[in-house]
Amino acid sequence: MGFKDISLIAGSAMAAQTVRLNTIASNLANADTVAGTENDAYRARKPVFAAMLDDNASARVQVLDVVKSADPLRKAYEPDNPLADANGMVFHSNVNEVAEMADMMAASRAFETNVEVLGRIKSMQLSLLKMGEG
Amino acid sequence: MTINFKEALGMHADALQLRAERTRVLAANIANESTPGYTARDVDFGAMLQDRIDAEQGDLTLSADEPLYRVPYHPSADGNTVEIGVEQAAFSQNASDFQTSLTFVNMKLRGLAKAINGQ
Repeated sequence: MGFKDISLIAGSAMAAQTVRLNTIASNLANADTVAGTENDAYRARKPVFAAMLDDNASARVQVLDVVKSADPLRKAYEPDNPLADANGMVFHSNVNEVAEMADMMAASRAFETNVEVLGRIKSMQLSLLKMGEG
Repeated sequence: MTINFKEALGMHADALQLRAERTRVLAANIANESTPGYTARDVDFGAMLQDRIDAEQGDLTLSADEPLYRVPYHPSADGNTVEIGVEQAAFSQNASDFQTSLTFVNMKLRGLAKAINGQ
């Protein structure tokens, strides 16, 4: 055991939440992106988290993959848009901005929780160093 | 005659070690707050400390099957049983308990120092 393990666990969670915040930023930035074909349209990205269990009952977090959302795209008739296809249709992204905002709050709160864990670990380690001093 | 530190410090050194181990288990729960299918775990501290005291010497680190699984108040759709409030409360309490055990160890050490100095 060691405090290093705990720091690694909290660190892995912070890294995972950073990936999540990255995808959210990318989704929000591309919320209004349009494309001429269904294949080119922007699809919301979502990270897939998985626990990395080790042999003494603790688990780090790893990001297995970043998948694209399969939600339907919003199709709109905009014949003036230079990207429109032969029928005058464009494909908007399938980003749900409200859900992304809620996800962003959850991700940043989860990040902060792990920062708190690191802070507590540090103070525990410091007081352990002072053991026997009086 | 030598001083046996293990005996002098009593169970507090074991308790301190187990508190640190428990911190790791709780930190893993907090880290996996948003991992689908992750099952939160925690140790039965009293039972574990008793085991260590009964065994007298032995491995103080946790084995993989020692932490138990936490029963969530509200099951979630993705199978994750981490309830962040519960985990934060347990983590905070455990950190305070760690400080308490450390204080006890320090008191024991001060007692020894006094005995050695003859004051």
